[in-house]
Amino acid sequence: MKSKLKLTKWRNIISAAVGMAMAANINIASAANVNSTGLAITKDTVKVGILHSLTGTMAISETGAQEAEKLAIKQINEMGGILGRKIEVIQEDGASDWPTFAEKSRKLLVQDKVAAVFGCWTSASRKAALPVFEKENGLLYYPTFYEGLEQSHNVIYTGQEATQQILAGLDWVKKEKKAKTFYLIGSDYIWPRTSMKIARKHIENVLGGKVVGEEYKPLGNTQFGSTINKIRLKKPDVIYAAVVGGSNVAWFKQLKAAGITGKKQTLLTISVTEDEVLGIGGQNLVGFYSVMKYFQSQDNSNNNKFVKEFKKMWGSDSVIGDVTQAAYLGPWLWKAAVEKAGSFDVDKVVKASETAGIELKTAPEGYVKLHPNHHLWSKTRVAQWGKDGQAKVVFESGLIEPNPFPKGYQ
Amino acid sequence: MGEYTTQELISIFAMQGFAGISLFSVLLLMALGLAIIFGQMGVINMAHGEFMAVGAYTTYLISAMSEKYFPGFVQYYFIFAIVLSFLIAGLLGYLAELALIRHLYKRPLDTLLATWGLSLIMQQTFRSIFGAREVSPTLPEWLLGSYQPTETIDIPLNGLFVLGLTIVVTIGVFYLMFRSSWGLRVRATTQNRVMSGAVGINTKKIDRLTFALGCGIAGVAGAAFTTIASTGPTTGSLYIVDTFMVVVFGGAGSLMGTIASAFSIAQGQSILEFFISGSMAKVITLLAIVIFLMMRPEGLFSIKVRK
Repeated sequence: MKSKLKLTKWRNIISAAVGMAMAANINIASAANVNSTGLAITKDTVKVGILHSLTGTMAISETGAQEAEKLAIKQINEMGGILGRKIEVIQEDGASDWPTFAEKSRKLLVQDKVAAVFGCWTSASRKAALPVFEKENGLLYYPTFYEGLEQSHNVIYTGQEATQQILAGLDWVKKEKKAKTFYLIGSDYIWPRTSMKIARKHIENVLGGKVVGEEYKPLGNTQFGSTINKIRLKKPDVIYAAVVGGSNVAWFKQLKAAGITGKKQTLLTISVTEDEVLGIGGQNLVGFYSVMKYFQSQDNSNNNKFVKEFKKMWGSDSVIGDVTQAAYLGPWLWKAAVEKAGSFDVDKVVKASETAGIELKTAPEGYVKLHPNHHLWSKTRVAQWGKDGQAKVVFESGLIEPNPFPKGYQ
Repeated sequence: MGEYTTQELISIFAMQGFAGISLFSVLLLMALGLAIIFGQMGVINMAHGEFMAVGAYTTYLISAMSEKYFPGFVQYYFIFAIVLSFLIAGLLGYLAELALIRHLYKRPLDTLLATWGLSLIMQQTFRSIFGAREVSPTLPEWLLGSYQPTETIDIPLNGLFVLGLTIVVTIGVFYLMFRSSWGLRVRATTQNRVMSGAVGINTKKIDRLTFALGCGIAGVAGAAFTTIASTGPTTGSLYIVDTFMVVVFGGAGSLMGTIASAFSIAQGQSILEFFISGSMAKVITLLAIVIFLMMRPEGLFSIKVRK
């Protein structure tokens, strides 16, 4: 009896040990499957990076983006994470300084070995970080609408490229306002200049209209008196504006003070979202139009839920602009691609993003779908600003194919 | 130009003239406080822009509070905000002099570094208190829109307001500096510190009040600029270059020089902007100033001071 008991005990112990070894084997196997490149992934967590400016001039714009990314990650974790793993965030500050973006990207990829990075806002910061992502084979989700002319293996662009934002808006203003003459004005750097180049080609070659003035102001410029007088002299049907940052506020305040208001003048801008309106003041914008892919006022069940959750997490005073929404899409698109690929490996995730027809039916803007060229199919919307700082959507295009290298527009 | 009527051309000409004058009043208001501190005390105050931001944030706070608690007051708060901006920025300037600047009078290059450090501290404080986003006060109705003397001329009301304020402040500064006994003591201290001390002038107190006055005027400028642009933590650094440009071009220590310099830079810039693009206008203006200063390093006007 006694010896038998001993034997059973031994057998139990051995079978338990074998069982454990087998279980461990399975674990090792599955970890190797989802992560064959040494990313910071354990059996129940995965690390990602958030890289935006928390200090410096760009903090104004980038705050909303990183808030939205954190909201998406929190929601994904509450649903059980990705491939059974909770997402852990490592946040770095780009400090509105482009070399810092490159340096922090390297830190996130080499030292922290994050599986994906959600970040950058300006094109300059993206261009600085891009070589690092390409060399270390990282994955960046970039949220801002931008000038196009780029498509990297290592970047997914969740904002609009220039043609998506520009062409539909110009078509609308030509049809709706019978516009023939345009005055183009922007801040003096790559995004407004590229955008205006595309706009000019479209106005002259496709719409048969005329550009009566094109002008760029230094970043941070706050004096628009002379420009406004020039506009008065040229009497354009449409003012087409891409002024950014603090200048933007001065530009609209001075237009209003000069008696150029939404009642008398059609103005279409591609650089004003709900975020900017906080600074500009709704009273200075009444009646003017913005062209974006998302507006906070959009009334659909996805967006109502998103706005509610965002305000719950970040305060009832917070507003949500176009880029904030695009940033929110990043973690969700990554989740969809990782699940399609069954792996966190960057190459596999990129391949799934390119070929698996990743789509989001739950996007606040409505519906988006990833194009093999790493950009999103999305709709363009024109909305008119009201005194309360919210815009009413007056036009919505169909789903527009992203075309980062538009022929005939360069 | 055949497609325009004479009246339209005259209107544009008038409005363009006002755009220049408006820019002049902005530059002058920015530079006055700095000219006093730099000219009278020889301190290069890199935090001047941040004292302007103090004024702007004060205005924003009062606007937000009056909107919330005294809606009837919204039409009038602005005047009150300007006075309070002057007092708060002045008080902060007074404290900065007491804690920091007075230890560095003999080391002008160190004041440059110290005030720059002060500006960084102030920027981060704004960011912590008000957040990184830019803010704007709600302006009273009488500051919005334009005055129309004829059908085709629109003169911006906020521009007129800043112009009026600049005139008042400039006259005030002139009165204080050249007609009051306090101004006499300030000028005496500038000209000969040791002798002024010997005849019983409390030069330390004079320094402190001069610095506070300069900062207070910066606060007024900041309050006035909320009608033109927005306020963010780094707003001050946008203005500091233009401000120094006006003071250096005008000649340190000369208030007349500051006025003449603000006028010529403003008119030059605004006329150039009308005919060529904004960026090029700025380049040409800066080039002209550099060439002028190479030929005449002391600026437009200069006062002979015994060192």
